[in-house]
Amino acid sequence: MSSQTLSTILFLVFVAATLGITFWASRQTKTAADYYAGGRSFSGAQNGLAIGGDYMSAASFLGIAGIIALSGYDGFLYSIGFLVAWLVALLLVAELMRNSGKFTMADVLAFRMSPRPVRTAAGVSTIVVSIFYLLAQMVGAGALVTLLLGVTSETGKALTIVGVGVLMIIYVVVGGMKGTTWVQIVKAVLLMGGATLVTLLVLGKYGFNLSSLLGDAAAKSGKGDAFLNAGGKYATEAQGLAGKLDLISLGLALVLGTAGLPHILIRFYTVPTAKDARKSVLWGIGIIGSFYLLTLVLGFGAAALVDSKAMDKAGNTAAPLLAKKIGEEIFGAVGGTVLLAIIAAVAFATILAVVAGLTLASSSSFAHDLYAHVFKRGNVTDKEEVLVARISAFVIGAFSIGLGILAQGQNVAFLVALAFAVAASGNLPAILYSLFWKDFNTAGATSAIYGGLVSALVLVVFSPVVSGSPTALFPDADFSWFPLSNPGLLSIPIGFLAGWIGTRLSKEHNAAKYAEIEVRALTGVGAEKAAEH
Amino acid sequence: MTTRQHDASVYEQAQASERFQDLKRRFRAWTFPMTAAFLAWYLLYVVLSGWARDFMGTKVLGNINVALIFGFLQFVSTFGIAWAYSRHMDKKIDPIADEIRHEIEGRTE
Repeated sequence: MSSQTLSTILFLVFVAATLGITFWASRQTKTAADYYAGGRSFSGAQNGLAIGGDYMSAASFLGIAGIIALSGYDGFLYSIGFLVAWLVALLLVAELMRNSGKFTMADVLAFRMSPRPVRTAAGVSTIVVSIFYLLAQMVGAGALVTLLLGVTSETGKALTIVGVGVLMIIYVVVGGMKGTTWVQIVKAVLLMGGATLVTLLVLGKYGFNLSSLLGDAAAKSGKGDAFLNAGGKYATEAQGLAGKLDLISLGLALVLGTAGLPHILIRFYTVPTAKDARKSVLWGIGIIGSFYLLTLVLGFGAAALVDSKAMDKAGNTAAPLLAKKIGEEIFGAVGGTVLLAIIAAVAFATILAVVAGLTLASSSSFAHDLYAHVFKRGNVTDKEEVLVARISAFVIGAFSIGLGILAQGQNVAFLVALAFAVAASGNLPAILYSLFWKDFNTAGATSAIYGGLVSALVLVVFSPVVSGSPTALFPDADFSWFPLSNPGLLSIPIGFLAGWIGTRLSKEHNAAKYAEIEVRALTGVGAEKAAEH
Repeated sequence: MTTRQHDASVYEQAQASERFQDLKRRFRAWTFPMTAAFLAWYLLYVVLSGWARDFMGTKVLGNINVALIFGFLQFVSTFGIAWAYSRHMDKKIDPIADEIRHEIEGRTE
């Protein structure tokens, strides 16, 4: 049996199991709290695994290992931003948000501000961030199927995107948050299991001596010691000062963006109390941190053991090829086939879990923020709201399938970094000000969100990732004037500043509501309770 | 909605109380400086990765250089701060927060 067949079978087993869970979850999904927040009944450990499952995308699994395999140390540097970011979520956001919100990011903002303008702003920002991220994942799925299953025809790739999209729609529409969370839990376990297995085999080959693995990787890379130091991919010496500022800009967006990503924020609502939200982030940090340590070994292992000419340009096949190679060396040809199949199936499971989380976040925000509170001014029944949420999940899913097919073959990897930059520039200032700043008001919240969102988007449009460079989205055009590919260095301060100026220019202030959110956020009085089933 | 069960003045009274102000101080006095510290520590790492490559490339143990050790230390500090935060909340924040919560809930229900 070929590894493609085996990996397709393994993947189908995953799909069958997760669909089973989804239909089971649908029978337990009755109220809005069930649909949006899984009845708030997940334990801290379960939600921690789901956080890992939601966060560790194929880009971070295959992508980071690939960057390390081809460019060395910089992939590790990249992964560290994704990890440290969780401290912002843990210390400043998770618990206070669990205590003061209900289903979406906007709930926290709407608490003490004029609900319609802030929900509109937060809803727009949620949908924009989630769709960017979603599009990058969908296009990635098309590319991945070519690499892993040998599908090269345009129709084959388009069918893969449709397949991924349809499954994602089923998970979200049928299973709601409960189904989606379980898909993420299963995926996190599989991903950690697969990555640990390959890591142990690679380390075992080097007698568990990291230094000798690194030495071998540096020698095979042809770059020597420079392979073990920064500058292989980001801020190369040739890029000069702009490259170095770009590195800082990327680092800032990563570390500040996570706590503003809507699909991450809604995970804090799935547990019964703020203390469980704390526990889930602790679990999440443990899992995500261990995972990035595994990718370090996978990346350098691939550099040492796999011929870089056999990999694709971005290095996405580094980890799968490493699995094949180490499997062959230790267990013979069959072992190589089996390990490759496992890692390929895990990669697909990874994509599915992440896209489902993104679809859920954007459709929840559309239904809860825009439909129920902006259009209907809160006059909707639970049942109607959940129905609208399901319909919008379907529409957003179908829309992203279409966009994913259209964008096939385009260089859209920058969309992930852009999603982080928008989250850090617009959402994070609004959330932090609203939890910690007494004077913050409606004008401040809308200014922060729109200011951060628009400045990040405008700077990216005029950056080298969109035009004026051979790797740009439009390589033949050149209308770029902003030298950095990551807007964060400018757009994050703009978002915070816009929030401050907006607040100062408006006289609105609601002391009673501030007292309420402050007391509730810190003590948990009146926090939404877990559903009783 | 649960908010409606409580009179807004209950929250204003609670907010003005000595105990709540103490709780808020304890929370902010720990999390704000710690956030500044880990952000600065992370930025130092990124800046050194951009501007101090010779230093970062210094070999310490076999092929393990300063850059790798610095990276590992970011993991260690992240795990350590997460653990310390959880301990701080368990010991210094939760007991007071629970007390205030029970009191407000007792008064309004």
